[in-house]
Amino acid sequence: MRHEIVEKNVGLLAVLVLVVISFGGLAEIVPLFFQQETTEPVEGLEPLSALELEGRDIYIREGCNNCHSQMIRPFRAETERYGHYSVAGEFVYDHPFLWGSKRTGPDLARVGGRYSDAWHRAHLYNPRDVVPESIMPAYPWLFDNTLDGAHTADKLRALNRLGVPYTQAQIDGARDAVQGRQEITALVAYLQQLGTVIKDTR
Amino acid sequence: MKDLWGHGLPGFWSAWVIVITLGTIVFCAWILFGNRRTDKSPDAHGEVETTGHSADGIDEYDNPLPRWWFLLFIATLVFALGYLALYPGLGNYRGLLGWTQETQWQAEMQRAHETYAPIFARYQQVPIPELAGDAEAMRVAERLYLNNCAVCHGSDARGGYGFPDLSDGDWLYGGSPEAITRSIAQGRSGVMPAWQQLGEDNLRNIANYVVGLSGGEHDTARAAQGKALFAATCVACHGSDAKGNTALGAPDLTDDTWLYRRPGQATLDAVLETLRQGRNGTMPAQAAYIGENKVHLVAAYIYGLSH
Repeated sequence: MRHEIVEKNVGLLAVLVLVVISFGGLAEIVPLFFQQETTEPVEGLEPLSALELEGRDIYIREGCNNCHSQMIRPFRAETERYGHYSVAGEFVYDHPFLWGSKRTGPDLARVGGRYSDAWHRAHLYNPRDVVPESIMPAYPWLFDNTLDGAHTADKLRALNRLGVPYTQAQIDGARDAVQGRQEITALVAYLQQLGTVIKDTR
Repeated sequence: MKDLWGHGLPGFWSAWVIVITLGTIVFCAWILFGNRRTDKSPDAHGEVETTGHSADGIDEYDNPLPRWWFLLFIATLVFALGYLALYPGLGNYRGLLGWTQETQWQAEMQRAHETYAPIFARYQQVPIPELAGDAEAMRVAERLYLNNCAVCHGSDARGGYGFPDLSDGDWLYGGSPEAITRSIAQGRSGVMPAWQQLGEDNLRNIANYVVGLSGGEHDTARAAQGKALFAATCVACHGSDAKGNTALGAPDLTDDTWLYRRPGQATLDAVLETLRQGRNGTMPAQAAYIGENKVHLVAAYIYGLSH
């Protein structure tokens, strides 16, 4: 029996298993690297400013993406509530993507401009102050912590290397743009630009 | 079906997807048929063939797959081919049905539009004061309010610190149907400047005067000094009678309604805070989000809360 060869050589078995399961990725993922729809930014998409980028890192640090997705699917129930469905070109500057996979809270893909800055600050300080039935945790320390900007330029540089078109001037000015700012200011700046490139009536 | 082939992918990658997908199906079929055995009768010695695997004296028989199981595998192969013929799955091939996520969404939106647009259009014709009395319309409006407005103004529309109470008949920008509609559709942006440059002592005097306007607890001596300062600095927006100005969103300071007074905070402290740091009340414009028809309906709901 020839399958004895495979069954008795663990190394060979592992290689063959990898070959088999890679077919899915080879057919479904790899071609997207070469599809314009997924690699070209939508019109008007700008890289995040230094402050917004720091806000994004706070968003990641606090795990916002564990409860909030950033991906509006093309269903009426979603586009009525959140706005135009998300398109791939909106995320070409996102490294990594923050699409999320679970909605304990609402989707945030187009939360930008939806509420005032004051609302976001009040809400993040203590969500119950503005939405009594909310189960979201409070983030009061964002008001105490300030950014020192020590690594901001490096972050821009790293993204630049990944193809985000930051200019040298932006990289040089990154530290000054964020130094001394409250973390809450950075996070709100990040939230307020989310999804604003595509505007649509819901 | 004039156009079965799109061009989302470059040709090579389209072919790549097709070859892998169909190749996998052929491969599965080959495994299935290649290993198929039909003969399961015992041989001349009454022995059934085994795989040669033996564990503790127990041999593994090499029987064929049960027929129903084998047919299930065949069914999945047939299903896969049928699916790939009808739906987009093979590179740039669009499928016989021409289905896309986008057209499905558009059809869904179109159906909803045909169902609901006439209802909203009908409500649009009804003047706001009248619409506010239409129970059915207000049930729709309440839902819209809860989905779009309650996050700031509260599900009971009583507002909160920094977010106006919509039920008390007190209006920053006016409570006429037109003013409410404009506030919702185009949003509002209130600006109370910070007056720190006047000095803490002067701010205390003004604050005492302002609190006194609505009969609140205040220091009369300071209020007397604050009066002149108020006349010099505050009347431009709040008016000489301190009744406010709905064109600017400057609040009436004589009615003891305080947008920026925290629960339990002394009115004097709240006013002082406002004088020191200024305020920027922002109502985001909603027309772009919910459309004119729904703005009209929500405006009627808001109007009805205090009428």
